[in-house]
Amino acid sequence: MPETIEDDSVGIVETQIIHFSEALMLECEKTLAEYDIAYETYGELNADASNAILICHALSGDQHAAGYHSMDDKKPGWWDSAIGPGKAIDTNRFFVVSINNLGGCKGSSGPNTINPETGAFWGPDFPIVTVKDWVKCQYRFMQSLNIEHWCAVIGGSLGGMQVLQWAIDYPDLIKHAVVIAAAPKLSAQNIAFNEVARQSIMSDPDFCDGHYLAKETVPRRGLMLARMLGHITYLSDDAMRDKFGRELREGKLNFGFDVDFQVESYLRYQGRSFVDRFDANTYLLMTKTLDYFDPASEYGDELAQALNKTNAQFLVISFTSDWRFAPERSREITRALLEAEKRVSHIEIDANQGHDAFLIPIPHYMNVFGSYMKNVAEDLS
Amino acid sequence: MTQAIEHLHGIENGGLRADLDIISGWIQPGTKVLDLGCGDGTLLAHLRDQHQVLGYGLEIDRFNIEVCVEKNINVIQANLNHGLKSYFADKRFDCVIMSQTLQATEQPDLLIEEMLRVGAEGIVTFPNMAHWSARLQLGLQGIMPVTKNLPNQWFNTPNVHLCTLNDFEKLCLKHDIQILERAVVDHSHKKGGWLTNLFPNLLGEIAIYRFRRNP
Repeated sequence: MPETIEDDSVGIVETQIIHFSEALMLECEKTLAEYDIAYETYGELNADASNAILICHALSGDQHAAGYHSMDDKKPGWWDSAIGPGKAIDTNRFFVVSINNLGGCKGSSGPNTINPETGAFWGPDFPIVTVKDWVKCQYRFMQSLNIEHWCAVIGGSLGGMQVLQWAIDYPDLIKHAVVIAAAPKLSAQNIAFNEVARQSIMSDPDFCDGHYLAKETVPRRGLMLARMLGHITYLSDDAMRDKFGRELREGKLNFGFDVDFQVESYLRYQGRSFVDRFDANTYLLMTKTLDYFDPASEYGDELAQALNKTNAQFLVISFTSDWRFAPERSREITRALLEAEKRVSHIEIDANQGHDAFLIPIPHYMNVFGSYMKNVAEDLS
Repeated sequence: MTQAIEHLHGIENGGLRADLDIISGWIQPGTKVLDLGCGDGTLLAHLRDQHQVLGYGLEIDRFNIEVCVEKNINVIQANLNHGLKSYFADKRFDCVIMSQTLQATEQPDLLIEEMLRVGAEGIVTFPNMAHWSARLQLGLQGIMPVTKNLPNQWFNTPNVHLCTLNDFEKLCLKHDIQILERAVVDHSHKKGGWLTNLFPNLLGEIAIYRFRRNP
């Protein structure tokens, strides 16, 4: 917990909720009659509302991107390293908006909230939402804040996919697109990992076909396994070797099936703590959102065609040791942008932390990102 | 190091360095340009601001990249030795420039082919290994030349494929490449006088060529 708040922190922040009563038609052809969106903001909106930035979160992220909810918090928001006064996304200059996506589990309508039509938990009946649905929903959200355009939309991983979708779907409402550690669509291997995660959740007897909340239980083992698997894909082989090697937890082999190695203990800890903060149905839903993302599919499978109508300036960032969304996947995005003659810079950061590197304040990464954002700020007037 | 960077990318006498000035004079306004090994983006910034060029740079050095991003240059972090295939389809550019980089690449001949694959024209500049000062050092002293343009020793030089004007022109002939323009400048990047232009391979320190595929 922070004893004092650092000078470059946004400080104590609060989640707010906006209720939308206008129906939202989804890609799955189901309609949400009404819904809530939980969000946080950092910094001040300027007089002509030109300095707003949207932060898009990844699979297990939420609206709490920076600062602390209270002095009792153990950790700040998930991207505190990049958002704050004087940081890459400088809250002295920008008004930063971070929302919990639809289907999430941190206050926005999702499987763990009440379906107003039935009065019961949505559970597995919450419709599967796509990145396109999210972006549409974020667009409505933007209107409700009286923001006419984003000076930048920024996100990593699944967040980066939302940035791409924004640039494609609302080309005139986004001036800069920062796409970090993302991919234009998932590979068969990516989908395969997601499927194993889903199977581990759904095969947990406590899953109860998704109605576990109604039965006052939680598929702990399944969700924990899914997170353990996911976590392996977020780290690189090198990062794991550096962090754990073959270090033994008790200094000796126990010749049993309980924890011998530190890495096992770490994964179990990550899995267990995830269960306490995340909802299994949301995890299922968001992995499907990832699997379905393929903006080129609407444009004859030509990504360059999909990006052709974008007007944003792009910054694409990838990390050398990321194997979940490897640098080649980011290059596909950049190649398509170049083919469409769009303004783009592509930076490949030398990092050994794997996919997780996008959350780590690596100096070269933060320098480039910060410089780019300074130009975004200068572009405001 | 600072000296080397100034040497390669600096601005002299408050204007654009003479070789870059020659290059920018060869670029048509409003065209699309790729600069391979764009350094700190000086040329691209000039072409963008003065010639309304849509420019992109490839660069490997992270410090140069930070400066490019600061200057709001479109820069792609990439290793030229891996070729241009992962980023560029055929004939995307009006002109592809490679300034003071050719001699440090692994396969200059293949890279020149790549330049003409992605662009209609190419421009290269390189230090001339047949300049009289280099000839004197190798011919009389029997040592690998160290000059203002080639400041490194043989054991630590990044310049693994040095050549002369004659070498370059022979390569162009072999690869069916038409030379459109040639210029030479001295070590302080001053444009060559009449004598230099008469004996470019002896008196020119830096060679600048504009070329395309033979029509």
